[in-house]
Amino acid sequence: MNEVKGGSAPVAEQQGKTPLVEMNGMAKSFGGLRAVDNVDINLFPGEVVGILGHNGAGKTVLIKMLSGAIQRDSGTIRINGRDAPINNPRDAKNFGIETIYQTLALADNVDATANLFLGRELMTRWGTLDDAAMEAEARKVMGRLNPRFVRFKEPVIALSGGQRQSVAIARAIHFNARVLIMDEPTAALGPQETAQVADLVKQLKSEGIGIFLISHDIHDVFGLCDRLYVIKNGQVVGMAKTSDVTKDEVLGMIILGKCPPGAIPGPGAMREAVAAA
Amino acid sequence: MTETLTNAPVDQARSLEEGALGRFLKATELDTRMLGMVGALLLIWIGLQFLSSLRLGVSPFDFDGRAFLSPRNLWNLSVQSSSIAIMATGMVLVIVTRNIDLSVGSLLGFVGMIMGVTQAEFLSGVLGIPFGHSSVWMISLAVGLVLGLGIGAIQGFLIAYAAIPAFIVTLGGLLVWRGAAWWVTSGRTVAPMDATFRLMGGGPTGSIGATWSWVVALVACLGVVFMLISARRQRIRFNFPLRPVWAEALLGSVSCAVILGAVWIANSYPWPIGIVRRYYQDLGLEAPEGAFIAHGIAIPVLIAIVAGVAVTFISKRTRFGRYVFAIGGNPEAAVLAGINTRWVTMKIFMLMGLLVAISAAVSTARLNAATNAQGTLDELLVIAAAVIGGTSLSGGVGTVAGAMIGAVLMQSLASGMILLGVDTPLQNVVVGSVLVLAVWLDTVYRRRSK
Ligand SMILES: Nc1ncnc2c1ncn2[C@@H]1O[C@H](COP(=O)(O)OP(=O)(O)OP(=O)(O)O)[C@@H](O)[C@H]1O
Ligand SMILES: [Mg+2]
Repeated sequence: MNEVKGGSAPVAEQQGKTPLVEMNGMAKSFGGLRAVDNVDINLFPGEVVGILGHNGAGKTVLIKMLSGAIQRDSGTIRINGRDAPINNPRDAKNFGIETIYQTLALADNVDATANLFLGRELMTRWGTLDDAAMEAEARKVMGRLNPRFVRFKEPVIALSGGQRQSVAIARAIHFNARVLIMDEPTAALGPQETAQVADLVKQLKSEGIGIFLISHDIHDVFGLCDRLYVIKNGQVVGMAKTSDVTKDEVLGMIILGKCPPGAIPGPGAMREAVAAA
Repeated sequence: MTETLTNAPVDQARSLEEGALGRFLKATELDTRMLGMVGALLLIWIGLQFLSSLRLGVSPFDFDGRAFLSPRNLWNLSVQSSSIAIMATGMVLVIVTRNIDLSVGSLLGFVGMIMGVTQAEFLSGVLGIPFGHSSVWMISLAVGLVLGLGIGAIQGFLIAYAAIPAFIVTLGGLLVWRGAAWWVTSGRTVAPMDATFRLMGGGPTGSIGATWSWVVALVACLGVVFMLISARRQRIRFNFPLRPVWAEALLGSVSCAVILGAVWIANSYPWPIGIVRRYYQDLGLEAPEGAFIAHGIAIPVLIAIVAGVAVTFISKRTRFGRYVFAIGGNPEAAVLAGINTRWVTMKIFMLMGLLVAISAAVSTARLNAATNAQGTLDELLVIAAAVIGGTSLSGGVGTVAGAMIGAVLMQSLASGMILLGVDTPLQNVVVGSVLVLAVWLDTVYRRRSK
């Protein structure tokens, strides 16, 4: 993609390395609506990349194509430089892509432990569910995220929004992800839990995991992300290294589609902005 | 928590506030909803005992006669409930995944008819296997089971892969299989059935007798104790909070008492004197004065219990069961978790078909005939049993044990009213009202417990 070859600062640093995730020409329409329209996006190991945009910009649809939840109309996904045929959630998990969905995607009627291991249950040697082992693991991983959490045996519908979110996060980090997609992971969390998730993101980053972070909280994004993409009406407005742009400029990108000098414009940038850049 | 020393004073203070009942429920971890159902069932039984003894003009504490709580009536009740109870176990899984199966009654009729024709006409007439040969019942049963499984697979495929709503597919099935059952013999009733096959229907010979019943009871008690101990071991292994020892002991002894009590009742119901005489005659002996041969557990009841335990095991201890409930709770989440929800759905309907075939065998054996109308309206009784047993039509919630209790509850009402001489139309009015009442109570309970 042209902006990658543009030799800007953030990309130059990564030159020579293979991106962990490389998506090119991603597109998805619903009827006549182009929810995602020719988007190129990439992610390097140990990097946190923010994806920003107004409501309905196409962020969720974009990352759902990566997580296998939505079948793309066109586009290629490469993982570590190799073509990755991701057509369903199982494929994505096999590539080490874990997702915290905006809707959390929890089965409300079963308990936190069952949700954590859903689709990847631990079994006893007789081929039955090993509930005790799963609960023990669940206690460990939840302890890391939300030490006050004790309600492992109740259906998750009985939990608070933040507790449910903790369960969804725990599920994504427990299975040694290489790529973590977080779609609004802290929307329901209190300040302390949010700080804990921020610490977690930093820790996972230091372990070399690549993270896509979707958030409406510009403050969060600036605190955690190395780079950010802004999407508007399904197209990339621009990509920037977080240190090269100000919060106001990013707001301008989100609201007006105006690409500032510090950013590399994409197909969705306003014409004059492209000219100015 | 209950056993950690440091927390003890706090816990005690809290439990005092909760009151004795709350403390008891917390310690035993009993499902209050299930307790409520058992309580309702007992109330109905006691009520029917009073009314029936009044009608018969005997003391309500006379448990030996012909009143409701007599071994004879309870034994019959257990046999009459088994066909619906077997199907209700599968219907729980169907409804938990937000589906429905309206075809079970017709399917029972069709599979029963095929099993009947196989043993009464096809095997002897076409294959030349003599009637009464020991393979007859096995071949007939196998044909039925494969047929049930296959039809379940077809309906499941249409629902899961062709995405036709279960309501429509099985409504179609309701018409198709009833018609097909008629077609097999142009509406003619097929009888009699193979003698060994008939054992599945109960009756004096279709029961396992006193000695074996006690053996079954003992094995069941050992099973209960083993399960309690192994569950406790697991909790200790992972350092989880334990139930107090008294609660474990109470649970174990109450369960064993119920099992032993039920078997004692089954063993108190003697064979009719005519059959006892014939039995001794066949042995070439004179029937001794006051000879007592007990029925013991009826084979169809044993089949129903095995089905209930098996489906409970499947729903609680296997991946498949876990996925069934997850799909019911949030189908989208199940897909996102990588579960092959279509295949799971298809398997549920295959299991349902298999259970229908088992019920078909039981009811054909009991009737000693395959009739065209067999199983008519059973779909409604099966769905009602599951729903009375706490299965939520909006999906995700339900227990196999509850559905089986629901089946017994409905059969209790039906046979109790026959005992009281209530006419059929009024029976329907009562059963229908009870269904609505039960679901209403359940709704209230759930709203309260939220
Ligand atoms: N399954 C669907 N069917 C039809 N349209 C859809 C579907 N999913 C998303 N869309 C549409 O695609 C567009 C992009 O939606 P998307 O969920 O990606 O937005 P978003 O950027 O995640 O917004 P938000 O910040 O509100 O989460 C929206 O216009 C939405 O209405
Ligand atoms: Mg979204």
